[in-house]
Amino acid sequence: MLLGLYNYWIVVVLMMIGFYIVIAHGNLIKKIVGLTIFQTSVFIFYISMAKVEGGTAPIIAEGIKLFSNPLPHVLILTAIVVGIATTAVGLALVVRIKEAYGSIEEEEIQKKDNLDC
Amino acid sequence: MKDLLAVVMLAGIYGLLSASFFVTMDAVDVAFTEASVGAGISTLLMLVTITMTGRSEHPTRHKPVLALAVVVITGGLLIYGTLDMPHFGYAEAPVHTHVAPHYINDSMQEIGIPNIVTSVLASYRGFDTFGEVVVIFTAGMGILALLSMVRRREDSASSDSLNDSMHEQYLVLRIVTKILIPFILLFALYVQFHGDYGPGGGFQAGVIFAAAIILYAMLFGMSTARRVINQSYIRFFAAIGVLLYGCVGVVSLLNGKNFLDYSALSADPVAGQHLGILLIELGVGFTVASVMVIIFFNFEGRREKLQSQENKNNENNNKGNKKT
Repeated sequence: MLLGLYNYWIVVVLMMIGFYIVIAHGNLIKKIVGLTIFQTSVFIFYISMAKVEGGTAPIIAEGIKLFSNPLPHVLILTAIVVGIATTAVGLALVVRIKEAYGSIEEEEIQKKDNLDC
Repeated sequence: MKDLLAVVMLAGIYGLLSASFFVTMDAVDVAFTEASVGAGISTLLMLVTITMTGRSEHPTRHKPVLALAVVVITGGLLIYGTLDMPHFGYAEAPVHTHVAPHYINDSMQEIGIPNIVTSVLASYRGFDTFGEVVVIFTAGMGILALLSMVRRREDSASSDSLNDSMHEQYLVLRIVTKILIPFILLFALYVQFHGDYGPGGGFQAGVIFAAAIILYAMLFGMSTARRVINQSYIRFFAAIGVLLYGCVGVVSLLNGKNFLDYSALSADPVAGQHLGILLIELGVGFTVASVMVIIFFNFEGRREKLQSQENKNNENNNKGNKKT
């Protein structure tokens, strides 16, 4: 019975992989990759909820009665493009941090900050 | 993995895989976007970033056991939370019973276009999409604030020669790309205007259009690309897209209907909807394409500036060494 929930478990596993990368790695680029994985797991969560057994893509055509739910598709479609825009801002910040501190490792940046105090 | 290049490439493959995942789950529009964004543009931006920040990672980790414990506990709680959720593919799930049946049954009469995703995106939830476009525009402005700089003449001259010599080598790639670029642009326009009838729309078309320009810039050098595409025009277009979207809303206000209610645009409500969706998709396409191009050009510009600074430092060092 419980096997019907497997889509949520995949989402949770992916989400936790992303979360682990964000908190356990000091490298800022890896943190951003982790955030991307986290983000994609949320996309998969929404899209898998929209799926209807036996349904097709929500484009009206003759002879098709059952469609998947179009609303989550719309939300995620815009979320993906907004996601890349925010990722780009994050990467730009990484570039500026590299210029200012000469490093993108969290611990080295903190050491330099402590020295300045 | 200590090599960041491998990490970035794997992230790109992951993006492509999730795109094919979305196709099997009937979300063709989403898959389209994810393939061009997740596998294309985001991999590219990360690659540009690691050329500036270095590709190796220092193996320092903060207490992996503690992190693992936090992750396992959170994951366990989330899985416990899913036990009450409706099963995968279950047609009577709450998510399918509120507004979705209305969109599926009535959108053909009310909006008159077959792609339900487009009619929800552009018409029923037009205000929402307007917000997203503004967010993308703001992100573009943020990148400009963080990375843009006034370029000096001498700097550009030195990096020009560097680039041109580098790009002379890839002759086969250059010719193949030259043939491909018109088709990519044409495909972007097809996606833009066919979004009403099949998968596609302003977001995807904008990203594909930007990809063609970025491809050109990568193979023919930034200096050539800057000569072809004027940066101030691109910024202008990014703003025009948002303005076009907003103006459609204001026009429908002035015609006595709600903000972004396109039936006010024409005597026949369905024709008005068609016109409105066409216009706002065009606005979305403009903004997305120009913001993507702005992002890429600014990252590349930053990289060139860093490179030319390094070259100068090296030259100065060499001179100093010779004197001593």
